[in-house]
Amino acid sequence: MADLTLRQIKKAYGSLNILHGIDLDIESGEFIVFVGPSGCGKSTLLRTIAGLEEITSGELKIAGEVVNDVPPSKRGIAMVFQSYALYPHMTVYDNMAFGMKIARENKAEIDRRVKQAAEILQLTKYLDRLPKAMSGGQRQRVAIGRAIVRNPKVFLFDEPLSNLDAALRVATRIEIAKLKESMPATTMIYVTHDQVEAMTLADRIVVLKDGRVEQVGTPMELYHHPGNLFVAQFIGSPAMNIVSATVEKAGLVTAIAIDGGLKAEVPVATPDDAGGAKISFGVRPEDLRIANGGNVLFEGRVDYIEQLGEVQLVYLDIGRADVPLVVKLPGNSVLKRGESLKVDADPGTLHIFNADGRSYAREQTAAKAA
Amino acid sequence: MAQASGKSAGKSFFGKFGVHLAVLVFVVIWTVPTLGILVSSLRDKDQIIASGWWNSFASSTQTEAGRLPPPENQVEKDGRFVIEGNIFGDDPPRTISAFGTRAAAPTQYAAGETADLGDGVTLQLNEDGTFVLSSPVALEGSRGQRVYFASSAPPRFTTENYETVLFSEGIGRSFINSLTVTVPATVIPIMIAAFAAYALAWMRFPGRALIIATIIGLLVVPLQMALIPLLQLYNGVGLFFGVPSKTYLGIWLAHTGFGLPFAIYLLRSYMAGLPRELMESARIDGASDFEIFLKIVLPLSFPVLASFAIFQFLWVWNDLLVAMVFLGSGANQLVLTGKLNALLGSRGGDWEILTTSAFVTIIVPLLVFFSLQRYFVRGLLAGSVKGG
Repeated sequence: MADLTLRQIKKAYGSLNILHGIDLDIESGEFIVFVGPSGCGKSTLLRTIAGLEEITSGELKIAGEVVNDVPPSKRGIAMVFQSYALYPHMTVYDNMAFGMKIARENKAEIDRRVKQAAEILQLTKYLDRLPKAMSGGQRQRVAIGRAIVRNPKVFLFDEPLSNLDAALRVATRIEIAKLKESMPATTMIYVTHDQVEAMTLADRIVVLKDGRVEQVGTPMELYHHPGNLFVAQFIGSPAMNIVSATVEKAGLVTAIAIDGGLKAEVPVATPDDAGGAKISFGVRPEDLRIANGGNVLFEGRVDYIEQLGEVQLVYLDIGRADVPLVVKLPGNSVLKRGESLKVDADPGTLHIFNADGRSYAREQTAAKAA
Repeated sequence: MAQASGKSAGKSFFGKFGVHLAVLVFVVIWTVPTLGILVSSLRDKDQIIASGWWNSFASSTQTEAGRLPPPENQVEKDGRFVIEGNIFGDDPPRTISAFGTRAAAPTQYAAGETADLGDGVTLQLNEDGTFVLSSPVALEGSRGQRVYFASSAPPRFTTENYETVLFSEGIGRSFINSLTVTVPATVIPIMIAAFAAYALAWMRFPGRALIIATIIGLLVVPLQMALIPLLQLYNGVGLFFGVPSKTYLGIWLAHTGFGLPFAIYLLRSYMAGLPRELMESARIDGASDFEIFLKIVLPLSFPVLASFAIFQFLWVWNDLLVAMVFLGSGANQLVLTGKLNALLGSRGGDWEILTTSAFVTIIVPLLVFFSLQRYFVRGLLAGSVKGG
């Protein structure tokens, strides 16, 4: 129902800059996830959208209207907090009805909307309970119900699942996904540091770091075509292996020499002046496989094995100080510590990044667009 | 929060035992004197003198003096002059255990024995108070024989003391005066402090930190130092408006002033500890600061409001100094503490008056404490935030 436009949003506490000019366009009905490490400003960004934090400079539009100075309640948003933030002295019903009562809506309408939201979230039989008599998952549902009752144009979620235990987290995640499905017109913005939540829920993910947007894209875009080193390492678990290398021959297919001797050809175009440049070469642990003759990408001694059953994580000592190469292999491969291992990967899964950490593939895309 | 303190209090058997023992000691130290005052205040005033309150359920023995009827009641019987009757007359009957005729030896003879009073005169005094005085010659004089006896009376409990104290000693009036002082002097600071505390905890405005620092500073200003300047100020302002110098309004304002720094400090700390998300959630729900205060913060702050109310109520109720400075000593302004002080001087030996007055004085604080004490322990916040 509402699109959001963020233009050069900056937020500073005194001399401390939290957000350094965020530009973002969110389409109506999108499910956007802000993800990033602690302290990256993702919650602050959400709170500026909510109106709980003032914007130091920049422009925020919701549904085409500048809302920089509009109070939270008039922005057509609803927010679900990490700590639920239920009013502990009110019953579930009163919690959900609070906003409408403040707005002095008529009783029958309040009752209808609360009952309807309770129905969606299966809270009907808990309506006269106090929050303290409910479990964590139920409380979170009440918090979501409170947001639904407000009938917002934009839903804001601030790490809503991080207080739940693992099983409940999965169940509630699915519930949120279903909720989004049932309200296709409602824009949702969701903050999390959990990349599984980000990958599973998002239409598009916004990766933030130190108050800047690193990359915006669909989950698969971010996974397959990370724009820079940070995104490459942040998305995916275990993180992408990065080793330094040198460009031997630039061109449509780039030939590189990995530090330590081995060479590889990466089907990613590099500009002609890149010859001889120091670059970073990246490959995901799950893309590596035991070399079956042919081209070997890495060779090393098995330093440590983490057997997870379905898969095993093999830490290869490839001569880099302290940083092993992580290889994700099927759980049934028989390996021993100390054994020497050769691995390679499909050329299509290799990534190279320039000295600034930008992905070469992305550079090319940008060049094409220009 | 409440759970954490529960956990830390001794996990081991000895830890628990120690805690229980300490609690027991405090309960005994606190309860026993209170019980003593209550029991004493309900006893007959003669029995209070005869035995301690811990003996109040046993019969009390006391030595009394009485006088037999004068000689004109004597009758001649078998050649002797005899006076018969009951020494208690119309008084309530008691049991006599011993008697005597000289003050130096009031229990010389056992009850029922025949005492020889010299010159052939004999006196027999029985347990039930009946006596026979017999003399070989006619008794003379206008006054009867003096008799001392030890009697034991069954315990007698009465509310007479309360009637006396409340209606003829003026404690009733002072009780009303004390309430007149205490109730507004508790309610006014709470109302002011709650608003101030919310603003200082949750609203951003310039100078907030300075105001908080000033309030903390005011906590340590001794009351005695401010008392007289304050009275002068009040009198000055009162003169300007033509208000008399000693009024209830004056003492309400004085107690409010002295109570406010602590009230604001206590309430602010509590309110600042409420989860920020609650206020933000309410803000998103469209509530103004006033609505957040009224509908969210105030109900959640009830425990701290109650605990401050108890503090302030007890402090004002037990206050003597401020009352003496800001109120007159007439019957319509003398508070209970002042009245008790006066009674100690004028009725210092009358224990039934003193214990009864004392109990009347503590009964209100007791009621206040017991009606509000559960708010000390109840964690109203359980359930609002994680781990609640």
